[in-house]
Amino acid sequence: MTQTVHTNAQAPSASVPPYQPAPAPQAKLLSLGNIVSLLVLALLIAIPIFSEGFFVFQMTQMLVYATAVLGLNLLTGINGQFSLGHSAFYAIGAYTCAILVELGGVNYMLTIPIAGVVAFVFGFLFAFPALRLEGIYLALATFALAVATPQLLKLNAISDWTGGVQGIVMFQETFDVPVPFGLPMDPGTWTFYLTLFVFAVVYVLALALVRSRTGRAMMAIRDNPIAARSMGISLPYYKATAFGVSALVTGIAGALNAIVIKFVAPDSFTFIFAVLILVGMVIGGVGWLQGCLIGGLAMLYFPNIAEVFDDIVLWVANIGGFADALPSGNEMQQQFIRLSGVIYGVILVLIIYLAPSGAGGLLRAIAGRIKRLLS
Amino acid sequence: MVGAKGQTPVISIQGVTVKFGGIVALDSVEFDILDGEILGLIGPNGAGKTTLFNCLSRLYTPTSGNIAFMGESILGQPAHRIAGLGIGRTFQNVASFANLSVRDNVRIGAHSDTRSNPLFDALWLPSVRREERKIDEVTADLIGWLGLEDVAELPVGGLPFGTQKRVELARALASHPKLLLLDEPACGLNHDEVSELGTLIKRIRDERGVTVLLVEHHMSLVMSVSDRVVVLNFGEKIAEGTPDEVQKNPEVVAAYLGDGH
Ligand SMILES: Nc1ncnc2c1ncn2[C@@H]1O[C@H](COP(=O)(O)OP(=O)(O)OP(=O)(O)O)[C@@H](O)[C@H]1O
Ligand SMILES: [Mg+2]
Repeated sequence: MTQTVHTNAQAPSASVPPYQPAPAPQAKLLSLGNIVSLLVLALLIAIPIFSEGFFVFQMTQMLVYATAVLGLNLLTGINGQFSLGHSAFYAIGAYTCAILVELGGVNYMLTIPIAGVVAFVFGFLFAFPALRLEGIYLALATFALAVATPQLLKLNAISDWTGGVQGIVMFQETFDVPVPFGLPMDPGTWTFYLTLFVFAVVYVLALALVRSRTGRAMMAIRDNPIAARSMGISLPYYKATAFGVSALVTGIAGALNAIVIKFVAPDSFTFIFAVLILVGMVIGGVGWLQGCLIGGLAMLYFPNIAEVFDDIVLWVANIGGFADALPSGNEMQQQFIRLSGVIYGVILVLIIYLAPSGAGGLLRAIAGRIKRLLS
Repeated sequence: MVGAKGQTPVISIQGVTVKFGGIVALDSVEFDILDGEILGLIGPNGAGKTTLFNCLSRLYTPTSGNIAFMGESILGQPAHRIAGLGIGRTFQNVASFANLSVRDNVRIGAHSDTRSNPLFDALWLPSVRREERKIDEVTADLIGWLGLEDVAELPVGGLPFGTQKRVELARALASHPKLLLLDEPACGLNHDEVSELGTLIKRIRDERGVTVLLVEHHMSLVMSVSDRVVVLNFGEKIAEGTPDEVQKNPEVVAAYLGDGH
């Protein structure tokens, strides 16, 4: 008999805590998070009041991008599935909107939810064959989708609908987004508020979804698929749903983009744009939906980083007196365009190294520091 | 087969064989677990205990044989239906949802016992709120029952191993299982924690009416809580009986001392 076989075990100690039903904490209405959210909302609402023109347009674009980042984050951050192909769902949303408005004569505001539903269907259907793919293979499949999308949109067979390479110019009769209900606003201000409204609704619904049974099932799959299955969670159902919902949100962003830019064309939706959404998500914080506005800002300004770099080089060259040695004009631009890809890459790697959990992680770390200092 | 509380089998393992290539992990294993009993399943490392668990939770499909739960074969069911049928489990090495709080981990345990759909969930409709309240009650109850209040809002990934195991137990109980499969729950626990665990396993059976299948290397624990014990060795069942009978069985003694192999 082995030494461990002792049947007459010690008397059971009664140290299991007595049963006390503890109430689940109710979500506080005036939590720090909610206060910050309301402040940010107030700040956003105030933008057109205190500024105009190009800046309002940029902030509109930022909100559109933030919506796309939110969409991708629902898939990657919440469900743990990768996508390099979200430019495709963005394109589907944008084209649904443009085609319905220009060919169908549908009210452009109505096309926003329709674009979401169409993108949901595409996302859900794409997910089924992709369900068996993990990690790098899923990345490859979505990459293929991103690469194929502009080519498909250029196909002659559907060019009556899509406008082929030319794309679709929207609001040709009115020349600008029609402002409804006789509101006393210029179209730029109106599109800003429309975008803000749609973003806010999508954001609140996304947060509600993540907090619910469905959201928990998605996060369970992200953290431990085998345990999730043993808890009764169907992997195909929730992974396809996550894909669909993510595509839905990204498709809505695409429709907003079409309305804001008043134009859709195949080459706006290349693989590069999918990478840009990914960059926005990483900077905003993977899995931290609140970071989507930061992600939107990053998407807006990231492409300008090369220009900034360009300026810095010129400035240094002028001070150092070797400006003549630099290539001039067009030639220089060409070189820097090539360089910009490298710069993006380097900056992205730096961000991932320095703040692996994105802005969200940084903010939480700082908040934790402050709390500890105060206590 | 004395010592069992009832005589109806909750689950019946019928000639289950599992082969991985050349390895026979389980060889025609056959036994019943009766309603309301605590059945210990022991055997040396690699005997096939976890493999059997994985068959019961449909993560593996037996090469041959059948598994009937409440009289019906489960082999036609996908893994994610098993919890809903009433079979809960914990994992040998903890399998927590590491980034989620203890409370959310336990809430996820109630998944199979509740219903919702993504659209209603996003809109947080009244039906969703009702269901969430039900989940929250079950969760709060188990968190209290297992003394997890202090860590309830912390991410599970950063908690001590023993606490994570308790979270897994709470998570498994949240679906109100009829049968609970525990894979080495005492592993990594200290002496006091092990005796607490023994008490707890009995309370799970007595207070919650859950039938328990306990895989454990900690012999004093198995022998003190089990009504009956089944012994596996190299995939074969070599003994079945009360703790006393099993400990006197020469084949079991030989298996544990390494004789004859
Ligand atoms: N997925 C698998 N693929 C191949 N072989 C496996 C697989 N799972 C288990 N085995 C083999 O089956 C045999 C039984 O393993 P199992 O994990 O069931 O043992 P166990 O009784 O749980 O052991 P322990 O006490 O160490 O946990 C071992 O030889 C193991 O290597
Ligand atoms: Mg094992």
